[in-house]
Amino acid sequence: MTITERAALLATAAALAFSAGTSAVADTSDKRIALSNNYAGNSWRQAMLRSWEKVTGQAVADGAVAAADAFTTAENQVTEQAAQIQNLILQGYDAIVLNAASPEGLNGAVKEACDAGVTVVSFDGIVTEPCAWRIAVDFQQMGKDEVLYLADRLDGGNLLEIRGLAGVFVDDEISAGIQEGVDETGKFEIVGSVHGNWAQDVAQKAVAGILPSLPDVAAVVTQGGDGYGAAQAFKAAGRDIPIIVMGNRHDELTWWKEQKDASGYETMSVSIAPGVSTLAFWVAQQILDGAEVPKDMTVPFLRIDQDNLEENLANTEEGGVANVEYTLEDAKAVIAEASGS
Amino acid sequence: MASQIGNLISPRLLRALLPPLSLAALLVTIFWLQPRTQSYFGLNLLLNLAIPIALATIAQMFILCVNELDLSIGAFVSLCACITATWLNDTPLLGVLALAGLVGVYALLGALIHLRNLPSIVVTLGMSFVWLGLAVLVLPTPGGAAPGWIRSLMTLKPPLVPFPIIAAVAIAGVVHVGLMRSAFGTVLRGAGGNPASLARAGWSILRIKMTMFALAGFFGALSGMALVGLTTSADANIALRYTLLSIAGVILGGGEFVGGRVSPIGAVIGAVTLALAGSFLSFLRLNPDWQIGAQGAILILVLALRVLISRGEARR
Repeated sequence: MTITERAALLATAAALAFSAGTSAVADTSDKRIALSNNYAGNSWRQAMLRSWEKVTGQAVADGAVAAADAFTTAENQVTEQAAQIQNLILQGYDAIVLNAASPEGLNGAVKEACDAGVTVVSFDGIVTEPCAWRIAVDFQQMGKDEVLYLADRLDGGNLLEIRGLAGVFVDDEISAGIQEGVDETGKFEIVGSVHGNWAQDVAQKAVAGILPSLPDVAAVVTQGGDGYGAAQAFKAAGRDIPIIVMGNRHDELTWWKEQKDASGYETMSVSIAPGVSTLAFWVAQQILDGAEVPKDMTVPFLRIDQDNLEENLANTEEGGVANVEYTLEDAKAVIAEASGS
Repeated sequence: MASQIGNLISPRLLRALLPPLSLAALLVTIFWLQPRTQSYFGLNLLLNLAIPIALATIAQMFILCVNELDLSIGAFVSLCACITATWLNDTPLLGVLALAGLVGVYALLGALIHLRNLPSIVVTLGMSFVWLGLAVLVLPTPGGAAPGWIRSLMTLKPPLVPFPIIAAVAIAGVVHVGLMRSAFGTVLRGAGGNPASLARAGWSILRIKMTMFALAGFFGALSGMALVGLTTSADANIALRYTLLSIAGVILGGGEFVGGRVSPIGAVIGAVTLALAGSFLSFLRLNPDWQIGAQGAILILVLALRVLISRGEARR
C-alpha cells in the first residue's frame, strides 16, 4: 500500500467515523437490525455482505444501533428464507433488512413480521407486501441509459444484446429498457440476442456461437458480468472489437483499462453497487428513529465513464465489483428524493 | 451399549421411540436457546412452515411404501401451489378440476411404472421437469393470491394449542388409522413388503400402486395448498427443496427405502424435526456455509443411533 493510498483510506475511515459518530441517535441505540439474505454465491453478493459488515460494524461501535447481524440462507430457496424471517422475528429483532429470493413468495412471512411490529426494508430483491419498504433499482432505466450513451457515440448501426438469466425479472426489465432506448433513438437495430447468464464464461460461449451469423456489430449492450466474455469472443473470432458496455466487474474494468491504454478504446460501465445493502441499513435505522419514510424508494446506479475509470478500478478488488458504501446522509437524501416525487 | 439397553427395553420399542425423542431433544434445546419460542406466538411461527413439509413427507411416504422413490414431489407441490394461487382463487371449479386431474396423472404414473417395469427414479425425475414447466406456464412471474378460506385456515388461532400442532397431530392420526390400522391399509403396505405373495393371494398390484400414487398426489396437492395459505402467493420454484426434505423426513421418522416399512406418525415427526433443525442452526448463529453440512450431521446422528438399535435387534 502506498502512502497516498493509506492517506486516502484514513481519510475515508475518518469521514465514515465522523458521519456515523454525529448520526448516533439515542433513540435507536438499543435497536437491533438483521440482514436476511438469500444467496451469497457470487462476487456481487460477497461484496454486498462485506459492505454490510464494514458499515454496520462501525455503526454498532458508534452506538447508532445495538446490533446488525447478517444471516444468509444455506440454500437459495423461498421456503428456507420464509423460515429464516420467522426465526428472526422470534429472535426479537426490531427491523429486518431483506434481499428476497422471490418478490411474492415471502409475503406471508413478511406480513407475520409486520404484525409482530418488526420493520421490514427490502432492497435489490424486493417484496410486494404493502407493509414492507422497498429500495428498488430502476433496471429499465439502466438498460435505456446504455442505448442513450451509444446514441451519443454513434450515428447508428447494429447492436448485439447479451441478456441475463432467462425468467428472472431483472433480465426482462433491463432488456425492456434497452428496447425502449432503441425505439426512442430510432437509429439502432438489435441483430442478435443471447443469454450470458451474467457470467463471463457463459457469455463468451454464447457470443462465439452467434458471431458467425452476424453482420458488422457496432456495439454490444450487456447486463453486467458478461462484457469481458463478449470481448474475448470477438477477439477469438478475429473481428473488430465493437463498443462493449461493461458492468463494473473487476475483469471488465481491467480489460477496458488495457484497451484504453493501448488504443484509446472508449466505453462506459454501469451496474448497481453492492453497497446498496448499507443504504437499506440506514433507511431501516431512520424508520426505527421515527422518520417519515415513503414505502418506495429508488437507488442510484454506479456509473463509470472514461475519465473516472482508473479511480474506480483502483478501488475495486480483484474478482470483485466496483462498489460504494452509503452513509446516513446518503440515505436521508434518497428518502427526501422519494418524498418529493 | 445398545445391546445393554436392548435387554431392558425391546429394540422395537426403542426404534419407535427414537424419532419422538430426537424431536423432543431438539425442541428443548431450541426453548433453551431462544425462550421466546415457548409462547403460543413463538410455537406458531416456529412450526407453521413445517405443515406443508409434513404433508409432502406423507406423500413421499406412500411412494416409498411401495418400493418406489418420488424425485418430483417438490416440483409437483410447486405446481399445486401455483394452481392454488391462481385458478383455485379466481375460478374455484377449474382449480379443483385441475388439482383432481393432477392426482389422476399421479395414479397413471403409478400404472406406467408398474406395467412397463420402469425405474421410478427416472420417471419421476423426468416428470419433475414437466411439473416445473407447467408451473411456469400457470404462473410465469411470481404472484397470485391465496384463496381466502385457505389463508384463514392456515392462520387460524385456536385457543390454547397453536394451529400447526393440531394440524400435525391430525395429519399423523388420520394417515396412521388409514394405513396402519385398517385392513385395506395393511394390503397397501403389503404390496411394498412382499408383492409376489399379495399378487398370488388375488390382489391387483397395479390397482394398489395406482392407489398409493394417487394418495401421494393428493397429499402433494394438500401440501401446495397449505404452503400458499402461509406465503399468500406462489412462485414456480417455491417448493423445490421439498423433494429431498420429504425423503429425509420419511427416513428420519423410521421409514426405510425397502418397501412396506413406513410410519406415518414417524414421517410427520421427521418432517417437523427437519424444519426445526434449520431454526436450531439459525438460533445457534452458525455460519450459513456450515448449515447444510450441520443439517446433514443431525440426520447422520439420528440414523447412526438407529443402526445401533437395529444391531441390538438383530442380535436377539
